[in-house]
Amino acid sequence: MTIKKAAAPRSPVTPRLVEPTAWRHVDLEVNGSTVSTEVESRLLLSDFLRERLALTGTHVGCEQGACGACTVLLDGRAVRSCLTLAAACTGREVRTIEGLAEDSLHPVQQAFHDHHGLQCGFCTPGFVMSITELHEREEPVSEDELMDQLCGNICRCTGYRGIERAARQSVRVATEGGADDE
Amino acid sequence: MKPAPFDYVMATSVADVVNHLAEDEREVKVLAGGQSLVPVLNMRLARPQVLVDITRVPDLQTIELTPDGELRIGAAVRQTDALEHPLVRRDWPAVVSAIRHIGHPQIRNSGTVCGSLAHADSSAELPAVAVLLDARIQVVSPRGSREVRAADFFLGTFTTDLAPDELVTAVHFPPSPAGTRHDVSEFTQRRGDFATVGVATRVARRADLLSECRAVFFGVGGTPVRVPTVEDVLVGSDPTTADWAAVATLLAEALSPPTDVHASAELRLELAATLLQRSILSAWELC
Amino acid sequence: MSESTSTREATEAPRLVGQPIPRVEDDRLLRGQGRFVDDVTLPDALHIAFLRSPHAHARIRSLDTSAAESAPGVVAVYDGRSLLGVVEPLVNIEEVRVPPGLIEGVAPIVKIQPMPPLAHDEVNYVGQPMVMVVAESRYLAEDAVEEILVDYEPLPVVTDPERALDPDSPLALLEADDNVGLQAHISTGDMEAAIAGAHVVLEETFASQRYVPSPMETRGVVASIDPFSARLQMWSNTQTPHRVRDHVAHALGISTDDVTVTTPDVGGGFGQKGILIVEEILVPFAARDLGRTVRWQADRTENLVADTHAREQIHHLTIAADADGRLLGVRDRCITNMGCRNVVGLVVAYNALVHLTGPYRVPALDLELVGSLTNTMFTAPYRGAGRPEAAFAMERAMDRLAVRLGKDPAEVRRINLLTEEDMPYFSGLLDRRGLPQEIDTGDYVKMLDMVEEMIDFPTFREEQARLRGSGVHRGVGLGMYIEMSGLGPFESARATVLPSGTVRVSTGSPSQGQGHATSFVQVAADALDVPMDDIELVGGDTYNLQYGVGTIASRAMVTAGNAIDMACRELHTQIERAAAGLHGVAPEDVALQAGKVVVAGAASMTLAELVRALTRSPSDDPSAGLSAHAYFRPPNYATSSGLHAAVVEVDTATGATSILDYVVVHEAGNIVNPTIADGQILGGAVQGIGGALLEHLQYDANGQPTTATYMDYLMPTVETVPEIRLGEVFYPTPTNRLGVKGLGEGGAVGPQAAIANAVEDALRPHGVVVRSTPVNPDHIRRLLRESAAATTSGGE
Repeated sequence: MTIKKAAAPRSPVTPRLVEPTAWRHVDLEVNGSTVSTEVESRLLLSDFLRERLALTGTHVGCEQGACGACTVLLDGRAVRSCLTLAAACTGREVRTIEGLAEDSLHPVQQAFHDHHGLQCGFCTPGFVMSITELHEREEPVSEDELMDQLCGNICRCTGYRGIERAARQSVRVATEGGADDE
Repeated sequence: MKPAPFDYVMATSVADVVNHLAEDEREVKVLAGGQSLVPVLNMRLARPQVLVDITRVPDLQTIELTPDGELRIGAAVRQTDALEHPLVRRDWPAVVSAIRHIGHPQIRNSGTVCGSLAHADSSAELPAVAVLLDARIQVVSPRGSREVRAADFFLGTFTTDLAPDELVTAVHFPPSPAGTRHDVSEFTQRRGDFATVGVATRVARRADLLSECRAVFFGVGGTPVRVPTVEDVLVGSDPTTADWAAVATLLAEALSPPTDVHASAELRLELAATLLQRSILSAWELC
Repeated sequence: MSESTSTREATEAPRLVGQPIPRVEDDRLLRGQGRFVDDVTLPDALHIAFLRSPHAHARIRSLDTSAAESAPGVVAVYDGRSLLGVVEPLVNIEEVRVPPGLIEGVAPIVKIQPMPPLAHDEVNYVGQPMVMVVAESRYLAEDAVEEILVDYEPLPVVTDPERALDPDSPLALLEADDNVGLQAHISTGDMEAAIAGAHVVLEETFASQRYVPSPMETRGVVASIDPFSARLQMWSNTQTPHRVRDHVAHALGISTDDVTVTTPDVGGGFGQKGILIVEEILVPFAARDLGRTVRWQADRTENLVADTHAREQIHHLTIAADADGRLLGVRDRCITNMGCRNVVGLVVAYNALVHLTGPYRVPALDLELVGSLTNTMFTAPYRGAGRPEAAFAMERAMDRLAVRLGKDPAEVRRINLLTEEDMPYFSGLLDRRGLPQEIDTGDYVKMLDMVEEMIDFPTFREEQARLRGSGVHRGVGLGMYIEMSGLGPFESARATVLPSGTVRVSTGSPSQGQGHATSFVQVAADALDVPMDDIELVGGDTYNLQYGVGTIASRAMVTAGNAIDMACRELHTQIERAAAGLHGVAPEDVALQAGKVVVAGAASMTLAELVRALTRSPSDDPSAGLSAHAYFRPPNYATSSGLHAAVVEVDTATGATSILDYVVVHEAGNIVNPTIADGQILGGAVQGIGGALLEHLQYDANGQPTTATYMDYLMPTVETVPEIRLGEVFYPTPTNRLGVKGLGEGGAVGPQAAIANAVEDALRPHGVVVRSTPVNPDHIRRLLRESAAATTSGGE
């Protein structure tokens, strides 16, 4: 996969911080590029992406794991980057909103545009990454799984209808709730 | 909202973790999925000096069937992995139901099964299911290893039988007795929220009566709670015609749930009774 | 500042206005290339963390910051005393100003309590900023905050707005005389006579809870010193950049010329970013004091606890009606909890009063408001700004009236609703500007008709009765409101042809997600007859455009939209005139069409070619600059309206409510972009639904906030609402050329009433009365328990 410039992390800039605890070395892959750098033990992945790698498309909404704005894919799984330590990501693969589109928008991004699934755009990267996890799943997703995933992100602007339509356009939803055993 | 300083250590073996817990003079905390711990760190409600990450320890990463037919879930196994595991899906439906009620997939993709047990949130699903299924928690420390029955493990909200230098290595879920059926029901205002009240039930049916009835409530006190008086009165009854009002009265005598911003104690009591009835009827339907 | 009048008459039908043009902002935002304030990363920027009061009310006996000052990475520590006489206390001047007409006609009591930038003597709510720490990172700044030692003397606390008005209540703020921040009384007609002649007099109290606008992007500011000009440059996610500029300059004692405020992409506002808080003054202060770039972004707890709150009103209503349910008079005593200080004057509370009976013909009104001070965060406008609280009270009262008379709630409304024949309608009250309240256009019965087409009420009633037999409780409820939109005093716009040929349109009204880069450009493109791709919108940059108000109060399309229309039509004329001069032909022989200048008998020119030719031309035509500036001053409010209908099912065992169907019929004059407009209505409706069912910012009796995280403060999620069906009617306003009315807030006004009415309707056999929101499980079960107890004790 070729990485467009916007998707590639900036060469990490390590600030001259007087951090009181140990720094850790991390080697990880971010949007297909290898990143090798030192991080403070306590640095959150969200801050690492935004402040050190200039990937500011990942947004920080609550730092309590509740809003989902900071969702990224870690080894293909949607996770809260605000509840993930950068130091714990060594050897792992991170994908952010910047890593989705090539020249044209990624199908999930396109679906958001098609269905007016965003207004201010702040929660959007988190939603797109959450839905991308399901988009990339080979087997169909049950109705219940889709709702589980969508309820993991909060939007304050749209009233959700466009987001739900975008998700249904870009995720293969099982017609019958066969996998639904709740 | 950023965590206070700590040192991060990525452990490579169980011995490595135990060594840190025993030898490091600083306050050490085990980090697994971090979905309960990191919010608390971010809000600076906890300030351990060292975090020992156990997720890369190979011995802790497996889900397996033990020779005596028990399900063993290692301490680094994520909830999503357990949820998707064919063995778990086939034979431990209560574990599947419990996990599906936990937060959102984005949380379960990091959160671990054992982490939920060790965290011991009073409104969490897995501790209740562990008690329901007579699970045993495997613990290791410099003094060796031991096994704790789930019923003895949970001591209060965020409080367990675990000593500061002990590590949970796995949980063992025994197979369910033949003919038993399970249900996990909970009430939340929004999908994925912590349960206002929940109940995990296991029933068996013989001659159209309940031959076994076990119910473990969560969100009604500091620990998962069983109410023997209620179980006793239901065994031998037909749940479709049982005197549920009388059951509610027994529950009200036995439980003293908390009041908080999400629900009053009165609502929690009512929900406990409503959920119990609905849960047992759901499990009964499966018999 | 002078009014610019347009010279170009409308000659053809609009081509883009009215079309659902896909949003041009989407691509960037979807790729993660949006630039929000926290994305404005400048080298060596410093970060701020605040020590905030843990007490609802206390005196600061002593404060020791020495350990914090020597903590790792700390650059500066400021406490309240160090800023005395350095940074002026904050007053939201534009909000608290009482118009002359109101002073004369209403003579309200409006007491203002300026907010010290950092508390130095007394703290009077949890979250009040006390010490500002500036450090190399937010992590290090928070570390240092923990090193600050404070000795507090706790003081008595009051949080309940009615308790605060008791003569023996503790003072919420020691420096205030009492806990009254605001008082006003307005009336028309003869209320006593209305009561005397009434068939039914209904007395009820309805209360809206406190909740928080809480946009997903919290408030943030970056302040920097321009290395060349040494002026202050701020990036702020404010809704009102010009007001921020003015307040910062005032507070820091510098010229407004030396402050530039730029709004980058903004992640939602909803009113919370429309009112200044002291942090917006403190960040630029630190930047100037240190000569460094300084950043602050509120965390979510700061957003929930220490940024503006809203709603929390109690309405004590008396409704006088005849036997048919025709309204004869309405009396209201409205108590509003202003929180720790009165920082927004009359805005919210007065808005509630003048919108209370909005859509109805009511001959007598007797309305009183009291704003009380309490030891809580201050309340300020939030989407609807007093209207949701008023609509909740009035629409609940209409349903109670229907129950009393044994009539259908829709029919009781129908005989009272204003129709086209009543327009313009004068309520007899003075509006927020102090002028007679006038509703320009609309027909509210038509909206009711449409709702009755969209929801088959007779079939629903049959179904409802049938289901009740099997223990299923369904109900339907209506929520009607009006919205006087397009608040003045003005908005400005400038349209300039750039050397590239692109037209830059600047306005004082920035976007927080409303899609201005699409909708405003549609207006501009039509007025100019230039393709949208050749137009660039700049919203909210005080250097680029010196005068502006902002995006608040459902005003952007009305005020900025019309200013843009005026400026662009003027520019269109300028372009044609300049091209005519260049070619030596009459202006009538030149036409700007589809972005090209077509000159009779000559080859057409692009705008780039035109400006290039003009710069080389010796012409002394003063209009050759190709730049037009216009101010739009709305002559009156443009009153939009909405009618919401909710169908709900209540699980009486758990108290859970689910929405089965939801209909919104709205009216906002001409619609510029239907996709965006529908999105605004929908988004607003879901915020209202959040307030109806879930959201509640709570304090305990000691003034400690108990819902300070998103785990405890429940925002709506995708499952909270089903599909929302929209219907529209159109009554263009004569108050502006575009015929547009504001609609940003409207969606949020109807849901509380509609859902509460539906829940009560569902529970009608139990005889409960819903008097407050949120209608959550605890609330519903409490009502049902009380009803059961009353039944067993022989009561109603």
